[in-house]
Amino acid sequence: MERKVLAEFKYDLAPVVQGYNKRTLYVNVGTKVIAAKPVSDMMIDKFVGGKGFDLYLMWQGVKDSTKWNDPENEICISFGPLCGNTSYPGSGKSIVTTISPLTGIPVDCNVGGHFGPYTKFSGWDALEIQGKADEEVIVFIDGDKGLVQIMTAPDKEINSHILAEELVKEFADSPDKLQYVSVVSTGEAADHVLITCLNFSFWDKRRKVARLKQAGRGGTGSVFRDKKIKALVVKYSGLKSDTNHPVDLPTLQKTGLKLHREIEAGDDSQCRMHQVGTAHLMEIMNDYDLLPIRNFKYGQMPEAIGLHSKEFTALFTQGMVDGCWYGCSLSCCKAVDNFKPRTGPYKGQPVCVDGPEYETAAGCGSNIGIFDPKDVVEINFYCDTYGVDTISFGTSTAFAMECYENGILNQERTGGLDLSWGNADAALELLHQMARGEGFGVTVGKGVRAMKKIFAEQYGADPDFLQDIGMEAKGLEYSQYMSKESLAQQGGYTLALKGPQHDEAWLIFMDMVNNHIPTFKDKAEALHYFPMFRTWFGLQGLCKLPWNDIEPADNAQTDEPAKVPEHVQNYVDIYKAITGKPMDKHELIRQSERVYNFQKVFCMRFGKGRRIDDLPPYRAVGPVTEEEYLSRQDRYDKHLVEKLGLNPEGLTTAEKMARLRAYREDQYQQLVDAVYERKGWTPEGVPTVDHLQSIGMDLPEVLEVVKRYL
Amino acid sequence: MKVLKTFPDKCIACHACESACSKLYFKEDNQAKSCIVISDETHPVDMNVCNQCGTCVAACPTLALSINNQGVIMLNKNLCIGCLMCVAVCPTESMRTYLGNQNPFKCIACGVCVKSCPAEAIKIVTE
Repeated sequence: MERKVLAEFKYDLAPVVQGYNKRTLYVNVGTKVIAAKPVSDMMIDKFVGGKGFDLYLMWQGVKDSTKWNDPENEICISFGPLCGNTSYPGSGKSIVTTISPLTGIPVDCNVGGHFGPYTKFSGWDALEIQGKADEEVIVFIDGDKGLVQIMTAPDKEINSHILAEELVKEFADSPDKLQYVSVVSTGEAADHVLITCLNFSFWDKRRKVARLKQAGRGGTGSVFRDKKIKALVVKYSGLKSDTNHPVDLPTLQKTGLKLHREIEAGDDSQCRMHQVGTAHLMEIMNDYDLLPIRNFKYGQMPEAIGLHSKEFTALFTQGMVDGCWYGCSLSCCKAVDNFKPRTGPYKGQPVCVDGPEYETAAGCGSNIGIFDPKDVVEINFYCDTYGVDTISFGTSTAFAMECYENGILNQERTGGLDLSWGNADAALELLHQMARGEGFGVTVGKGVRAMKKIFAEQYGADPDFLQDIGMEAKGLEYSQYMSKESLAQQGGYTLALKGPQHDEAWLIFMDMVNNHIPTFKDKAEALHYFPMFRTWFGLQGLCKLPWNDIEPADNAQTDEPAKVPEHVQNYVDIYKAITGKPMDKHELIRQSERVYNFQKVFCMRFGKGRRIDDLPPYRAVGPVTEEEYLSRQDRYDKHLVEKLGLNPEGLTTAEKMARLRAYREDQYQQLVDAVYERKGWTPEGVPTVDHLQSIGMDLPEVLEVVKRYL
Repeated sequence: MKVLKTFPDKCIACHACESACSKLYFKEDNQAKSCIVISDETHPVDMNVCNQCGTCVAACPTLALSINNQGVIMLNKNLCIGCLMCVAVCPTESMRTYLGNQNPFKCIACGVCVKSCPAEAIKIVTE
C-alpha cells in the first residue's frame, strides 16, 4: 500500500518501571501534532491509570460545550499499571473513553486484544487522540523503533475483518511475526450510524486470522470515523513475563499460577468458559426468567431452547487457546470458524466470527425473537465487521420490532422491511443498510432515544408509550438482562454513570434469587461496593471475568461469597507485586471512588449527571402492557398482596397495573435516595464537597463544577 | 517418541540425576532447577519427569511449545512469554518452573541424567 507520511515523531525507548512509563502519547490528527506528555505523581496518586488517565486527559482536552463530533473531542485509550502482565489471567485490557454521540457524556469501554498492552510496552501509559483529519489516516506506533507516524490511508477497505488482517500483514516485519502487530478499526456503518464500536485485534497464530474484540458501547466507532481515522496500528515484539518490571515477579507468578490451577480444576464444573465462553448463561437466564425476549417483555420462553449453550458449544471450535491476551487461562473468547454468511457482501465467503458472547446471543437472538444460533452468528459477524455494537443493535432492533408490532411502524415506514419478531432476514438487512448508509437501517442505527423522538414527531406515536418501552437511559441502550424483578439491578443499570450497562453492578442473583440484600440500606451498600470494585478493573487494565466467573472451591464458606474474598486478595497481591505501592482491600475501593466521582462530575460539566438522568424506562421496572402483566399474572397478583396489602380480586388488569407501577416507581425512588446517600451525594445526585475532600478528589476544577449545582 | 523412562523400584534416591540436570541447564546443583524430581518420602520413590504427552502444547498461546521429529516437546524461549499456563495444565506436574524465572522448563530426554544414575533407574527409550 502506497502511504504518505504526514507527520512523524521519534521518541526514546525506555523500560516500563513498576507498571508505569510515566508519559502519555498525544496525537492530533487534524493539526498533525504528535507529542509526549509527562505523567505526574498526582495523576498516579489520584487517577491510577486506565480509565482514570483517560478521563483526566479528556477533562483537559474538551470544553463544557463539546459535542461528540467537535474536533476537540478525544478518543483516549489507556491500559493501567497491571495491564500487560502475562502471569495473571485477564490482564490485557484497554479502556477507551470518548464523548459519546449517544449520550453526550463520557463513555468508557473495557476491551481485550493486543493493542493496549503493546502500546503500553511501546512506551506509553495512554494514547490521547484529538482533532479531525482532512483526509483518511492511519496512526502507526512502532514500539520497537520508537516512532509514531500519521500516514495517509488510501485503503479501499474499512470493514474490520478484512482491514485488520491487511494491516497486520502490511506492518509486520515478516510473515512469522504477525503476532507482534495489533490494529484498532471500525467499519462502514460507523460512517452512517451512531450505535457503533471499535474493534481491537489480536493475531491468532493457530487460526491464522486477526481476531476482533469490541470496545462496544456508546458509539466510539462513529467518533473514530468522524476524525477520518481508518485505523490505529501498533507493533511491539519484546514481550516477556517481566516487561512491566514488577518489584516482585515471584509473587506475581505464584498468584497467577494459583489461579491458572483453579481454572484448570474448576472451569468445567463452574462456568465452562473454555467450552462456550459467556454464552453458557443462555439457559440459566431463561430458567430464571431473566433472558430478554421481545424487547424485554419476557424473561423466558420455550423457544429459547434453540439458543441453549449446547448449540453454541457445537458451533465453537473446541480445544483452542482462546485468550484475548497472553496468560488468560480462562480463555472465554470463543470463535466460529469457517462460517459462511448467507447474506450481504461476504455471502458464501468463509469467515472467522468472534463470539457470540452472551450479550450478543441474547440481544441479537432472543430479544428480537430469533432463536436460530446461526442467524445470531451472522448478525454478530456483520455487526463486528461493520463496526456496530451488538448490544445496542439488539436493543434498538427490538424496540423497532415492538413498534412494528404495535402499528407505529409499517412496511411503508420501514421501506418495505417486515420487522416482525424473529425475522432474521429483516434484521440482517437493517445491518446492511447501516453499512450502506441508506434506508430504515440508518434510523434504527441512531439508537432508541433518537427513534423515540422520530416516531413521536413523524408518525404521531404516543411519546409515553415509547418512553415506557424504549430500553435506554441517558441515551444508551440497555444491555441484556431483565431487571423487572430485581430492584437492586434496576439501580445497577440505571445509576451506571455511562448509561445502562451491567459492568458496574450485576446484583440479580444476590437480590432477586437469593434475597441477600433485602433492605434499601443493603441494596445501597451493594450499589456502592460493587460499582467501586468493578471500576478498579478499568483503572488497572484488567478483565472482570477471572474475578467471579471462576471461584475457589471453598468460596461459598467465606464470610462474603459474592465478593470472592480470595480473589480480592489476589488483586491486592498482584498490585503490590507490580507497582511496589501499598494496597489493601479498602484502598482498592478508595482508588475507584476518586475516579468514579471524577467521572460523575465530568458528566455534570455537560449538564448531565442529574437525578432525572438516572430514571429507567418502565419496561426495566415492571410490566408496561396488559399482555406482559397477564403473562406473569400470578407473580404480580402475589406482589400486590404481599407488598401492597391489596386484594387483586375485583380489580381490572389496568387497575392492578397502575397500583403495581405506582408502588414500583416509588420503590425505585427510595432506592435512589439510599444509594445517593451511601455514595456521599446530595438527593439531587451531586457529590458533596465534604465527600470529595474525604476521598481526595477535591481538585479545584472538580469543586468548581460541583459548586454550580450546590 | 523419545522419552525418559523411570524405574522407581530401582531408584536409590541419591538425587544424582537432579544434580546432573540442574548443572547442565542452570549451572548449579539445585533440585528446584532440575527437570527430573525425586521425592523419597514414599516407597518406592516418586520419580517425576515429563512423559511427552503433549497437553502443554495445546495450552501454549504463542506456539512456543512444539513436538520435534523425535516426539520430544521443546520450548522455544524466544516465543515464550512466561505465562505458565503450561505448568498449570500439565497432568503429571512435570512442566517445571521456579518463581522469578522468565520461562518454565522441562525434560527434553537429553539423557544426561541417565549417565549419572548408579542404579539404572532411568533410561531413554523410544516408544
